[in-house]
Amino acid sequence: MATETHELNLEEKFVFSDKAKKKIFLTLGIGIVLLIIGIILEMSGGGHGEHALNLTQDNLASINSDGTESGGHGHAYSWTTKLFAGMWINNLFFTGLALIGVFWVAVNYVATAGWSVGFKRVPEAFGNFLPIAGVLMLVVFVIANHSLFHWTDTSLYDETSGHFDAIINGKKGFFFMPGAEGVPSIPVFYYGRMIFFFLGWVLFYQFIKKQSHLEDVNGGTKHYRKLVTFSATFLIFFGVSSSISAWDWVMSIDTHWFSTMFGWYVFASWFVSGLAAITLIVVFLKEAGYFSFINENHLHDLGKFVFGFSIFWTYIWFSQFLLIYYANIPEETVYFLERLQSDNYSKFIFINLILNFFFPFLALMTRDAKRKMTFLKIVCTVVLVGHWFDFYLMVAPGTLKEHGGFGFMELGLIMIYGSAFIFVVLSNLAKSKLIPVNHPMLQECVHHHT
Amino acid sequence: MEGNKHFLVGIFNDQDILLKAVKKIRSEGVKIHEVYTPYPVHHLEDALGYSRSRMPVAAFFFGLTGTILAILMQTLMMGVDWPMNIGGKPFVAIPDFVPITFELTVLLAAYGMGFTFFITRGLGPTAVPTIFDIRMTDDKHVMAIDLAENKKSEDEIKQILSDAKAEEAYRKDFTEEEFSPTFGKYLIDVLTNGVTVSSRKLN
Repeated sequence: MATETHELNLEEKFVFSDKAKKKIFLTLGIGIVLLIIGIILEMSGGGHGEHALNLTQDNLASINSDGTESGGHGHAYSWTTKLFAGMWINNLFFTGLALIGVFWVAVNYVATAGWSVGFKRVPEAFGNFLPIAGVLMLVVFVIANHSLFHWTDTSLYDETSGHFDAIINGKKGFFFMPGAEGVPSIPVFYYGRMIFFFLGWVLFYQFIKKQSHLEDVNGGTKHYRKLVTFSATFLIFFGVSSSISAWDWVMSIDTHWFSTMFGWYVFASWFVSGLAAITLIVVFLKEAGYFSFINENHLHDLGKFVFGFSIFWTYIWFSQFLLIYYANIPEETVYFLERLQSDNYSKFIFINLILNFFFPFLALMTRDAKRKMTFLKIVCTVVLVGHWFDFYLMVAPGTLKEHGGFGFMELGLIMIYGSAFIFVVLSNLAKSKLIPVNHPMLQECVHHHT
Repeated sequence: MEGNKHFLVGIFNDQDILLKAVKKIRSEGVKIHEVYTPYPVHHLEDALGYSRSRMPVAAFFFGLTGTILAILMQTLMMGVDWPMNIGGKPFVAIPDFVPITFELTVLLAAYGMGFTFFITRGLGPTAVPTIFDIRMTDDKHVMAIDLAENKKSEDEIKQILSDAKAEEAYRKDFTEEEFSPTFGKYLIDVLTNGVTVSSRKLN
C-alpha cells in the first residue's frame, strides 16, 4: 500500500559471526563425542540392554513364511550396520532439505510469487549442501551397500546358489542394467541414476544461483525471465528424479515390498521438513536483526505452508496405510507389520503421527499462532524432529531389524549432519547480499499483506 | 428536516485517498457508520478499527461436531446396529472410518460457516440492500456518516470530509421506512420503479 512506507536496507548482508560458528562447532563436537560413545556402547553390546529381542517369533515367521527372504543368510548384524543406517537416514533427510531449498526457489519463480522474494536467499543457500550430500550418499552406498541393501547380494540372482529370489530377480533390470543377462555384478544403473540425479540437481542449482547473483549486479528483467524458464525445467526434472530417488534410496531397502505412493510420500516428508527449516532460519535471522521488512504477514504465509503441508503429508501417509490395511494383501502388509508389531518401532509410528500431524495441526490452527515467532519456532522444530523419525521409520526396520533403537549414535549423527548443514548454509548465505536487490518483485514482498 | 435518519455521504475516487481519509476522519473523533467499496480494499478493516471475525472459532466447533457425529454414526451403524464382516476386520475398524469422518467434518464446517455468515450478516433471500449512492456499485467508494452517532455538527463534518479529499460530500435523509423497508415493500418498489428506494433519492 502506498500509505505505508518501509525503510529498506537493501545492502543488508548476513554476517556469520564467530559466536555462531563457535556454537555450531560445539554442536559438532558434542555430536562426535556422542557418536563415539554410541559406537563404544554398540561394540560392547551394552547399548541394547533394555531392548531385548522384541520382534516376536510368530511375527518373524509370518514375515518369512513366503520363503523369499530366507532369514539368517546374507549379512550378519554388527555395529557398523547401525552406523551406516544412521548415516543413510541423515543423508536422505539432509539431501531432502537441500533439494527443497532449490525446489522452493523454483516453485516461487514459476508461480511468479512475490511475497517470498525478500528471503529467497535462505532457501537458495540450502542448495549448497547438495554436492556434499551427493558425495556422502555415494560413499555410504559404496561402503555399506550390502549391510543396508539386501538386493546388492548377487547370489540372489544366481539360480544355482540356493539363495535365488525370484521376486528380486525380477527387479534385476532396474537395479543393475536393463536387459542384463545372468548374474550381475555392479549395479551400474543404480549408480548411474544416483550420479545423474545429483549432477542434474547441482547443475540446475548452480545456474539458478548464478543468474540470481548476476541479477544483483546487472538488474533488469532479463535474468528473471531466464530463471522462470529454467525453474520450470528444473521442476520437471525434480518431479521425476525425486520420485525415482525415493524408490532407489528408500523403497529398495524393503526389496520385496513396493508402494506406488512412495515417491509422493518421501517428497511430502521432504517438503514439509524443508519448509520448517526455511521458516526456522528466517525467524532466527529476523530475531538476529536482519530482514527488517519481514513482518507477521510473511510469517503467516510460511506458517500456512508448514500447516498445510503437514496435512498433505498425513494425507499421503494415511492414503498409503489405508489401502494396504483395507486390501490386506500379505505382500503389502508386511511393511506395516514389520513396524507396528515390533516393540522397537511401533512407538515411533505413533510418535511420527503425533509430531507430524496432531501437534502442528492443532498448534498452527489459529491465525495468531502462525503470526507469532515463538509458536513457529516450536512447531517447526517439532516438525523437523518428527520428519527425521519418519525417515528413521522408513530405513531402520528394513536394515536393523530387531536391533533398532534410538541412542547416542543416532543423536550424535543428527548433530554432526545438522551442524554441517547449518554451517554450509550460513557460510554461503554470508557470501552474497541477503536481499535480492534487483528482483522485479521485491516491492511486492515488502508490501505483502495477508 | 425531511425524514428521521440523517447521513452525510462522502464519495471517494481512489482507494489510497479513502484509506488516508478513514484514518484522518476517525482521528478527528468522527464516527463512521460504514464504508462501501466496489471491490475489497486491503487494510480498510484495520483503518476502520474493526475487530477480527470470530468465524474461525465457529468453524472449529462446527468441524468438531462433524467429527463427533461421524464417529458416533459409524460406530453405531457398523458396531451396534448392523455389524458386517468386511475382510476379517474388526466391526469398529477406526482406519476405515477416517475418510468419512474427514468428509463430514469438512461438510459441517463449510455449511456451518456459510449459514453463520448469512445469519449474522442478515443476508438471505429477503435481505434489502442499503444503497447510499448508486455509484458505489460501480466505481466509487462511499462513506456514510450517521449524524445521530456524532456530536459534531453537519457543517463541521462536511468540512472534515472535504479536507480529507472527498470528491463530494452531501447530506442524505431517510425516513425509518425508507432506510429499512420490509421485503414486500422493497420488492413492489423495485418491480414498479426498477430502482431501490434509497437510490431514487440520488442527487
